[in-house]
Amino acid sequence: MEEKLTLFKNRKRFGIEKNIDLIFKNTTLTLSSLVGIVLFGIILVVFFQSFESFSRYGLKFLVTSEWNPVKDEYGAFTAIYGTLVTSLLSLLITIPLGVGTAIFITEDFVPKFVREIVGSFVELLAAIPSVVLGLWAIFVMEPFFREFFVFLHKFFGWIPLFSSEPAGRNSLLAIIILVVMLLPIVTSIARDSLNQVPKKLRNASYGIGASRWKTIFSVILPAALSGIMAGVLLALGRAMGETMAVTMIIGNSNAFSWSLLSPGYTISSMLANQFGEADGSQVSSLFYAAFVLMILSLVVNIFAQWLVKKFSLKY
Amino acid sequence: MIMNSLYYQKKLSRNVGDKFFTSLSVFCALIAILPLIFVVTYILIKGGAQITPELFTLEPNPPGDDLDAGGINPALIGTLVITTIASIISIPVGVGGGIYLAEYSNGGPFSKFIRFGVNVLAGVPSIIAGVFIYALIVSTKILFGSMYSGLAGGMALSILMLPTVIKTTDEGLKLVPNELRYASLGIGASMYTTILKITLPTAFRSIATGVVLGIARAAGETAPLIFTALFSYYYIVGFEDLFYEMGSLAVLIYNFALEPYDAQNKLAWAASFILVISILTVNIFSRILAAFTEKTKRV
Repeated sequence: MEEKLTLFKNRKRFGIEKNIDLIFKNTTLTLSSLVGIVLFGIILVVFFQSFESFSRYGLKFLVTSEWNPVKDEYGAFTAIYGTLVTSLLSLLITIPLGVGTAIFITEDFVPKFVREIVGSFVELLAAIPSVVLGLWAIFVMEPFFREFFVFLHKFFGWIPLFSSEPAGRNSLLAIIILVVMLLPIVTSIARDSLNQVPKKLRNASYGIGASRWKTIFSVILPAALSGIMAGVLLALGRAMGETMAVTMIIGNSNAFSWSLLSPGYTISSMLANQFGEADGSQVSSLFYAAFVLMILSLVVNIFAQWLVKKFSLKY
Repeated sequence: MIMNSLYYQKKLSRNVGDKFFTSLSVFCALIAILPLIFVVTYILIKGGAQITPELFTLEPNPPGDDLDAGGINPALIGTLVITTIASIISIPVGVGGGIYLAEYSNGGPFSKFIRFGVNVLAGVPSIIAGVFIYALIVSTKILFGSMYSGLAGGMALSILMLPTVIKTTDEGLKLVPNELRYASLGIGASMYTTILKITLPTAFRSIATGVVLGIARAAGETAPLIFTALFSYYYIVGFEDLFYEMGSLAVLIYNFALEPYDAQNKLAWAASFILVISILTVNIFSRILAAFTEKTKRV
């Protein structure tokens, strides 16, 4: 690349041609810096809009769960708790499922075309809009799980997570639909990093007598771990920001409850629900909540990128 | 005993363990593809049953005692308009930015920062894009005094499309062999001629595929639209409608899925059918195209 540029600089050209070239270069430079401007713009705008609420409640906003537009009291604890619980629990379910699927796709249990079909099915799942998944969750998934939730409450009601009567729309349903949405992300990234593990590692492991799964657990998965971790973090960021499907199925209640079977709230579903008709200091509080959400997802994303850079495969 | 160790022994713990984990992994894969099959089947059955010619031409009726829900024409056109606006904004910006990253930058801190920013922007939750545009455009009424508008919705979507377009352009251009650039510069073409006439056309197909996939993704996005473009029940008739509330398939699905009336729910299924079929078609088509290109390249 540099060689090319020096060659180019040494040539003599007409002024007008040089100018056109310079204009073109600077135009693309400006366009690419727009990314940075938009990114900073988002952060600044959301921060300044939340300033009123921020100066009024400070960090108390994060730990109180009263959300009362009539009394003008706002605290986002329920939503923050809901965001963290739904995303972390859904991730906990997704990781083994996604990595298991990725192993299925990269190993040779079945002929290649079957694996390719499974792989592209999982990727097509990622293309389905989340609002459509929400619609499906309301009319198909919820009736399907209804009996199961009753059963869960009856026999495991002593666990705080299942302690309430199952509501029609609840946090657990949101977790399940999040699993559906995260699966493609975790699977495709885990598959890519498993594919990048060099074949000689596998051969060496087989050569000293390890069985297939001993090889997978002790050699291949550790070698692919950083990539898988990055995928998991990206999925976490996605889960925290996911709006539509969750909003449609979580029940949208600001009453705090430990139970997953009662309706809940996430920051994004709160935004989706209230932003349109909010006014006064409620808007500022919503911006504050949005700011919290943005910081959460930024931290997760930046950490994921750092992880990729730091631990990218050294083979 | 010595003879035996040469044969596969079923009951050996390592072989039993292997079998167990293999079936576990097959089980995972089955669970992973089930949702797609279920979702697509339900949408084909429930949505496909609602497809009538009137669906494409009528306005939706406001929810209520009406048994007939009407059609989804405004939402369909709205989705087309809003994604077109988003494309008009994000494709030039994204392709231009990608050109800078791939052709001009030399791995310095600026390009590193921009690439990092692209990845971060890709991870920003979609609803935040809506919040941003709301604060910037809707609440300030900066667009000739209009608040919620199709234009604002398109802008919110363009923020989501931008990282995809930049990334595909950057990566597509990087795949173009340097020899082509040397050849072009060598016969006296300037840098911008080389880019516009040689490298960009060479990378056109991969860039176009990525951009089309990005558009398909944006068409299904709902969160940035619910408080920027809002929703409208009325036909889009003229240019000035850009400055008013505009419906879209995605928001129609969201609004009507939550209505207690059966007629509206059916309309939501029908809209899902159209949305999912078009998105899946674009996805499958580009997948086939990519596989085809790869095959011809190998030969």
